[in-house]
Amino acid sequence: MTNKTQTAIDFEDEYDVIIVGAGPGGSIAARDCAERGLKTLVIERRAELGTPVRCGEGLGEAWMKIADIEYDSDWCKRETKGAVVYPPNEKSLKIDPENKGYVIERKIFEKKLAEQAGRKGAKYMLKTRAKRAIVEENEDGEKEVKGIVVENDEGEEKEYRAKIVIAADGVDSKIARSAGLNTSNPIKDMDSGYEYEMTNLSFTEEDSKYIHIWLGNDISPGGYVWAFFKDKDVANVGIGINPPKAEKSAKQYLDEWIRNHPEYFEDAVVTEKKGGGIPLGEPIEKPYMNGLMVIGDAAHMVNPIHGGGMGQAMESARIAAEIAQKAIEKEDYSAEVLSEFSEIWWEKRGNQLKDIQKVRNFAESLTDKDLNKLREIIGEDEVLDLVDASNLKKFVKLFKGSPKIAMKAAKHLR
Amino acid sequence: MSLELNQEKCLACGGCVSLCPKDALEIKNGELTINHDKCVKCGTCVKFCPVKALKINK
Ligand SMILES: Cc1cc2nc3c(=O)[nH]c(=O)nc-3n(C[C@H](O)[C@H](O)[C@H](O)COP(=O)(O)OP(=O)(O)OC[C@H]3O[C@@H](n4cnc5c(N)ncnc54)[C@H](O)[C@@H]3O)c2cc1C
Repeated sequence: MTNKTQTAIDFEDEYDVIIVGAGPGGSIAARDCAERGLKTLVIERRAELGTPVRCGEGLGEAWMKIADIEYDSDWCKRETKGAVVYPPNEKSLKIDPENKGYVIERKIFEKKLAEQAGRKGAKYMLKTRAKRAIVEENEDGEKEVKGIVVENDEGEEKEYRAKIVIAADGVDSKIARSAGLNTSNPIKDMDSGYEYEMTNLSFTEEDSKYIHIWLGNDISPGGYVWAFFKDKDVANVGIGINPPKAEKSAKQYLDEWIRNHPEYFEDAVVTEKKGGGIPLGEPIEKPYMNGLMVIGDAAHMVNPIHGGGMGQAMESARIAAEIAQKAIEKEDYSAEVLSEFSEIWWEKRGNQLKDIQKVRNFAESLTDKDLNKLREIIGEDEVLDLVDASNLKKFVKLFKGSPKIAMKAAKHLR
Repeated sequence: MSLELNQEKCLACGGCVSLCPKDALEIKNGELTINHDKCVKCGTCVKFCPVKALKINK
């Protein structure tokens, strides 16, 4: 830990690492960097961590292990046993995987992560927007990120310098872009999400122990409708749609679907409205440059079949912290050294996400009729394989009896 | 013609920001802002918006 000569509201001009964004990715990076003895500053534009929420708040237990965080009843609202998936004809399929998950309260979760990072020695500067990266020419005549420019409380521009910047600034990331890394998304790769948190829902107690997924091109083109329960009658009920395939907004699709299901929603009350973009495209191939690493949503590290991204943000954060420490020990912050972050990440997760893109393409090629048919052919294990992109080769054979689906599988699942 | 934002409806989710080919959108002070000098009125953000808070005024 570093020697502190200042209070919580004073900041030094120079740090080992500056992290932009205090979402799950940023705060795990901060915790690990501080734990590794690096002088760490987090810059976050929000006045309150975690708010507004842009998430369904589902988190698998396996991710908690990867992120090295423990169950905490303050933010683990409800354990989920598995999932119930509904094809368009609503003949549902129940999935009980070995690994459980939780529906969490992100407003509390993000604060707790920051508390943990703070206890390790990371400093947080809130209600401060990082305007752009400081980019300078290094000895080799190449561009190198040297810190962050913010607007201070007096409304003046202020520079904070760092050996390494970690951009954890989420789906609307600007920092990498300001340094010349293109992190923009084409609209075909950005699902449009909308969600209500609701209370007094009419699902059975048993149903509320599962997450529920409704599929169909009419109800949510290119995406799905979900219900993730925080209590037996409280859930996030949301939708993701693929805008180029859609005729209406995400909210309009979700509202229509809710109105068609009075059996669940007749007595329900909306307590929160949330929305957001989900970057489903391939991850940024090289999420680094001299002096900069990009993690989480900012580098499009989400699972393209279900849109979950908290786990990947935290996992990439841990790798970035490890490499930051290495680089700082070597006193070499060049792209060459930081590329190890990317190599490790691609090996651990990136290549899998790339394979899941194939499943996404396959899923998006299916008609509602195909989806109903699929329900008859595949079981629990196959759904789990598809979501993880494991054993993809077996599917073409499995669909032998349904030539149309088999053809689509042959085209996409290789 | 101009891009118009209904601040009352906008959730400031930021999903539109990285879609903008001209980098004309940004979340500032908890609100979406449009740089009208950069905006080319392509409508990509309008197509994305989950709550129809954006539209192009003819
Ligand atoms: C509708 C919806 C439902 C979802 N459901 C799930 C789900 O159930 N499970 C799941 O795992 N994932 C889900 N996701 C995805 C998940 O929310 C993200 O993948 C996750 O938040 C990524 O974490 P992050 O740390 O990379 O970025 P974020 O959590 O987005 O954090 C980025 C932080 O950076 C800050 N920031 C941005 N720019 C600046 C700046 N210039 N200066 C200072 N601060 C800045 C932001 O304020 C924010 O706090 C969902 C997303 C949406 C939109």
